[in-house]
Amino acid sequence: MAEYSALSILKNAFAGNRDWKPAWRKPEPKPTYDVIVVGGGGHGLSTAYYLAKEHGISNVAVIEKGWLGSGNVGRNTTAVRSNYLLPENSRFYEFSMKLWENLSHELNYNVMFSQRGVLNMAHTPGQLDDFARRGNALRHIGADSVMMTTAEIARLIPALDVSGSARFPIIGGLMQWRAGTARHDAVAWGYARGADRRGVDILENCEVTGFLREGDRIVGVSTSRGEIRANKVALAVAGSTGQVMRLAGIDRMPIESHVLQAFVTESLKPFLDTVVTYGAGHFYMGQSDKGGLIFGGDLDGYNSYAQRGNLPLVEEVMSETLAMFPGLARVRLLRSWGGLTDMSMDGSPIITTGPLPGLYLNCGWCYGGFKATPSSGFCFAWTIARDEPHPLTAAFTLDRFHRGLVIDDKGQGSTPRLH
Amino acid sequence: MSPRRAAQGGRIDRSGPVRFSFDGHAYTGCAGDSLASALLANGVSLFGRSFKYHRPRGVFAAGVDEPSALVTVLRDGIREPNIPATMLEIYDGLTVESQNRMPSLAFDVGALNQLAGPAIAAGFYYKTFMGPVFGPLKGTRFWMFCERFIRRAAGLGRAGYEKDPARYERMNAFCDVLVVGAGPAGLMAASAAAESGASVILAEQDAITGGSANWSGETIGETPAAEWAAATTDALAGRDNLRILTRTTVWGYYDGNTLAALERVGDHKPASPAGEPKHRHWTIRAKTVILATGALERPIVFPGNDRPGVMLAGAAQRYALEYGVLAGERAVVFTNNDNAYCSAAAMRDAGAEVAAIVDVRREISPAARELARQAGGELLLGHAVVDTEGGKAVTCAKVQPFDTASGTLSGSPKSITADCVLVSGGWSPTIHLASQAGGKPVWDEQQQAFLPPAPAQRWIGAGGLDGATTSEEALRQGWDAGRASVDGPPAPYAAPLVSSLELDARPAPVLEIPGKGKAFVDLQHDVTADDIRLAHREGFVSVEHLKRYTTLGMATDQGKTSNVPGLAIMAAALGKSIPDVGATRFRPPYSPVSIGSLAAERQAEIKPERLTPMHDWHVANGATMYSAGLWFRPMIYGQPGETVEQAYVREARAVREGVGMVDVSTLGKIAVQGPEAAEFLDRVYTNTFSTLPVNKARYGLMLREDGFVLDDGTTWRLGANDFLMTTTTANAGKVMQHLEYLLDVVWPQLRVHLTSVTDQWAGIAVAGPKSRAMLAACVSQTAVDDAALPFMGIVHGRIDDIPVMVCRLSFSGELAYEVYCGAGHGAQLWEALMAAGQPFGMVAYGLEALGTLRIEKGHVTGAEIDGRTTARDLHLDWMLSRKKPFVGSAMMDREGLIQPDRMQLVGLVSLDNRPLNGGGHIVEHGDGEIRDDSLGHITAACYSPARRQYIGLALVRNGKARVGTHAFVSDPMRDRFGPVEIVSHHMYDPQGSRMHG
Amino acid sequence: MLIPCPYCGQRDVSEFTYQGDGNRTRPNPSSTDRAAWNAYVYDRTNPAGEHREIWQHSGGCRAHIVVVRNTLTHAVVASSMARARTRADRREPT
Repeated sequence: MAEYSALSILKNAFAGNRDWKPAWRKPEPKPTYDVIVVGGGGHGLSTAYYLAKEHGISNVAVIEKGWLGSGNVGRNTTAVRSNYLLPENSRFYEFSMKLWENLSHELNYNVMFSQRGVLNMAHTPGQLDDFARRGNALRHIGADSVMMTTAEIARLIPALDVSGSARFPIIGGLMQWRAGTARHDAVAWGYARGADRRGVDILENCEVTGFLREGDRIVGVSTSRGEIRANKVALAVAGSTGQVMRLAGIDRMPIESHVLQAFVTESLKPFLDTVVTYGAGHFYMGQSDKGGLIFGGDLDGYNSYAQRGNLPLVEEVMSETLAMFPGLARVRLLRSWGGLTDMSMDGSPIITTGPLPGLYLNCGWCYGGFKATPSSGFCFAWTIARDEPHPLTAAFTLDRFHRGLVIDDKGQGSTPRLH
Repeated sequence: MSPRRAAQGGRIDRSGPVRFSFDGHAYTGCAGDSLASALLANGVSLFGRSFKYHRPRGVFAAGVDEPSALVTVLRDGIREPNIPATMLEIYDGLTVESQNRMPSLAFDVGALNQLAGPAIAAGFYYKTFMGPVFGPLKGTRFWMFCERFIRRAAGLGRAGYEKDPARYERMNAFCDVLVVGAGPAGLMAASAAAESGASVILAEQDAITGGSANWSGETIGETPAAEWAAATTDALAGRDNLRILTRTTVWGYYDGNTLAALERVGDHKPASPAGEPKHRHWTIRAKTVILATGALERPIVFPGNDRPGVMLAGAAQRYALEYGVLAGERAVVFTNNDNAYCSAAAMRDAGAEVAAIVDVRREISPAARELARQAGGELLLGHAVVDTEGGKAVTCAKVQPFDTASGTLSGSPKSITADCVLVSGGWSPTIHLASQAGGKPVWDEQQQAFLPPAPAQRWIGAGGLDGATTSEEALRQGWDAGRASVDGPPAPYAAPLVSSLELDARPAPVLEIPGKGKAFVDLQHDVTADDIRLAHREGFVSVEHLKRYTTLGMATDQGKTSNVPGLAIMAAALGKSIPDVGATRFRPPYSPVSIGSLAAERQAEIKPERLTPMHDWHVANGATMYSAGLWFRPMIYGQPGETVEQAYVREARAVREGVGMVDVSTLGKIAVQGPEAAEFLDRVYTNTFSTLPVNKARYGLMLREDGFVLDDGTTWRLGANDFLMTTTTANAGKVMQHLEYLLDVVWPQLRVHLTSVTDQWAGIAVAGPKSRAMLAACVSQTAVDDAALPFMGIVHGRIDDIPVMVCRLSFSGELAYEVYCGAGHGAQLWEALMAAGQPFGMVAYGLEALGTLRIEKGHVTGAEIDGRTTARDLHLDWMLSRKKPFVGSAMMDREGLIQPDRMQLVGLVSLDNRPLNGGGHIVEHGDGEIRDDSLGHITAACYSPARRQYIGLALVRNGKARVGTHAFVSDPMRDRFGPVEIVSHHMYDPQGSRMHG
Repeated sequence: MLIPCPYCGQRDVSEFTYQGDGNRTRPNPSSTDRAAWNAYVYDRTNPAGEHREIWQHSGGCRAHIVVVRNTLTHAVVASSMARARTRADRREPT
């Protein structure tokens, strides 16, 4: 398949754009593969890509029950950052950041990673100390982070209310300049095309209906498109983890599926050149290249697979919007949607072998999975190929909860809605 | 009157001109005009520029479905971008400007984008702008360079930064029946429901009720349909069980039959009366919803279909009949269905010439033929419009024979001179709310449209939404829905006679005419038919991929006119049927909603402010207030010229040397009462409370179920069955919920009652060696000497005649007491203690001094109890009872919670005599290099007046074993590096002799 | 979303606090069965369909309510007081 470039665009433009080929094939399932990756979202696709690229395992199928990228990679608010508190998380997300920085070249697909910075607002001296702690932690693992004063923030974001009269005045902030946003769908499509070019079969509209077993061992899946066998079956199904694990006979997991709403306004000329979060609530906002302000807040706060949110949270998020950006009262909300998040019991992910022989598990991304797409695939592929954890994800085990080795970035314990 | 304005007809008032301005040009219109109708009447054809190619665009629709004519309203010094000209009612002084053009609407440099033509087809940006792999522009730099220009070219209107002075309001409403849409079906439904006595809300997004009755030209009963609608509305308005909301868009259908609506209260008024909101946000909880949302016309896609002057046929009919405005003076009508013949006839009746009716079908109904005859002009059956000509307005349409079955053209095109092309591709029911309520829409082959899904919540459809194709049908469905909504018996239905014609409701399945040149599907986002075919070629064939790859339907009109034509083009490319391509799931809002309305009445006060009873005193006496959660607390009581450090050092020293007092009213307080209160406390605290005598207090520690520390605080036994528990300020709500859960869900058999009394008690801590003498001087009705009031003892007495409880306990490490009284007496008690303390040198101290005293003592707060620490980490293992189970006891000894290299609480002393900062990290080396070797972090730091050193508390890996060693602080965020000594967290009076003294 | 509180009637979801999976059984307080404790603290049924869960009417009567709710549609199927469930085994006053 042809490389994408300015030249290929011009060449094709002269041919009336008639010679473009599908970005990925739509093959029929083969009876057996070396590895089946269940879940054609960002993590599943990047896992397949790195299995082929890093480990030479290209006899791989990615099976997706709907359309490719229909999970959270297609419905998130596109922020990419590594500014976590605990080193188990920040080291992993910083590795992801490094992969992001070269991802468009790696995939020959412009994922539009724009390192426009992510700024967390502080409203109390205590919060500023907390941010200093986090910033220092990041600097010690080699990630970037700086404090910003209110005056610097006001210069960077003139739309922000930095007056002392705000209910929660802004007294400073923590900036990660290398953080930013990416075009979420392009990430799925870029990995799909990259994996496909390396021989991976991507099977859309193929729903797992059960697992094939030999004794204890998982040896394949039955699907809406027939039985498919494989030496290894890897799950990257995020919010559907509970459902798919139930098919494997495991009916309880340290995961709750919650709904997270996101919002976009009508297109505006450049209004906000960075991504900001509000420290007195749960709120974040960025602007897409098309001009829509993309923003969101807290979880609705209850188990849900409905991908639909409720009104009180909409009102809460809009109130926070105006608390930060008083100029937006007359700007109009264009669309809202609900995503399905796989909330783990400590707010950190799970990448592991097992819990059954032949099975590999990747889940628990809460609402932070998008930014992990490259490193999650990279480390999960390693785990699948070598049957041992990648050093960066060694702590992301499934048994860590029972053993008390939790990675609790927010310190909220086993109440998923609070992470 | 201009030649575009009919002398009579419509709902406008011609009696006086309404003055408004568009891009600085002054115009006049009539009261009742929309901006679109008023500008059309003035002969304006160019309204805006498209998103990507910056092509000139006119007005395409007449309502909420408008994709092209978007403007920015300038009012109150605030910009209101992206408002459809079709939804904006004009008023005297209205000022608007066009968008997405530079320098002007007529001449826009962005139009150069068109030259790039096919090179910037759908998805081109995914294939380029990646930049070089090596050199200074590697990584993301080249993309970010390009992005700056792309961002400036994209976007539509511009938003401002100023705070909106307008008011926004919220309303909650409950009703038996909510009727959405006040067209013929909605009016009928509301009448039928209201007749039964049910409470009814009727919401209409337009300024007036009537919907299609206002422009159908039909007769209902004996009167013109518009008059019937007005009379019916008048009758309804007289009822006290029905409320009509006009200019109100029901935009969201949420769970539990909860609907959200936006009422545009003031947008059409030159000035709003004082106190009246601009917008009102309604939350309506309805037992039953009747959706009578009608249908929206969609176009046929053909090359050149975006020139100003190309318009939906039904829109032109609305302009003619509702506003007396001609979309053009010589029209070509292009259709695949009978309805557009009504539009043609209406244009003719309003005074325009109909040059031709072009229909892709070879056969049409006799009624349509009769309408064509009335309209005049050529009737070209089996033909299609294949192109248009013109610059900023259409000048002619090109027409060619077309075969519906094969979808091919034959012969050669001929030109027909026209200044407008009125196009109809049939009608799509407005299923958005029905889809939001849940369920998948159903494709109807006859109507070539998606019909609503089976109701997933309690709603009933009526009229155009439910597939009604005549007013007669809509009226009957409305009546039936109204009766069904109140479970009424089928009442006799006196059908008003409708004059409508016997039209053929089935459009031909043709939604695109092939040909050369750009044929636009999504007018706002410039998605062409070729873009959709390119998406198909590249495999983006599912409806969601199509949408995401091409941005089809993602614009501000949310694809109201482009959705079905886009699906039809993809279906043709795939050789599949439209439903096999799939239907998009509609999401709230139906049409865009102001953020101000959604934040109504919470804008400035997103969270409540909690103030203690002594707040005013603190402020009046120079306190710098500190925001602690929702509370405001004094940080320092600074004196002129003092730094923060000087102030807290002075305050803390006063406590150590004399006496000070601090407001502790913010502490969480829970009354735990009942015969088994003691038993309950034994279960929730790690230590034992059942053995606590009455009038004694005890320090308690709580764990979460997972074995980590939840909170700490003292609990006072006021009676055998009566305890007063205190919690930290930050965790008050969390602890209350934790206890209530245990009592209600886990141990309902325990006879215990919990009451939050945080706001009922005011609390003041009095601390320092002189505190006892000071209290003795002002407390009556009780002694406070060591015998009467030993450590952790409680006495009841009076101060300044205020009943108080005094407990001898210490957070500062000094001899200290907490004095509690009813919150209403808090301010009086504070002043009484302040006055009584004067002879003893009483000083009020704030949170900084409080923090300093506790850091010196090594007492923990939220900075250390951060949800990740165990009792052992904090040296509190002595509080873990081994005699009884308690919440967390079964989980606290798990592997991860007892590892020796956990972060443990230590004290720190700065060895370079410089301050330490909270959040600084601790490392073993002093070379100033920043490496991945952090041992932990400083949780709190201060200057210690008692030790005359800068000290801190820290959580450090394996900290207990490091006491006595040296380490270094590494704080790159504040550029602070230097040596520290790790010491015991008890940095002052480790024996506790002072507080027991 | 509306939640039927047995005391207060139908109330908006914003008045309630979610307290999670109601299928968990807390082991006897003196139990040392680590597996049972782990299951109680960490493991969830998380079904796509009817889910038995606990809500607190925190903005109302503050009672805990056992709600059966469909997680695919958010439709509430049943609700009852959490306290009623165990009232039968209320200990006799001693």
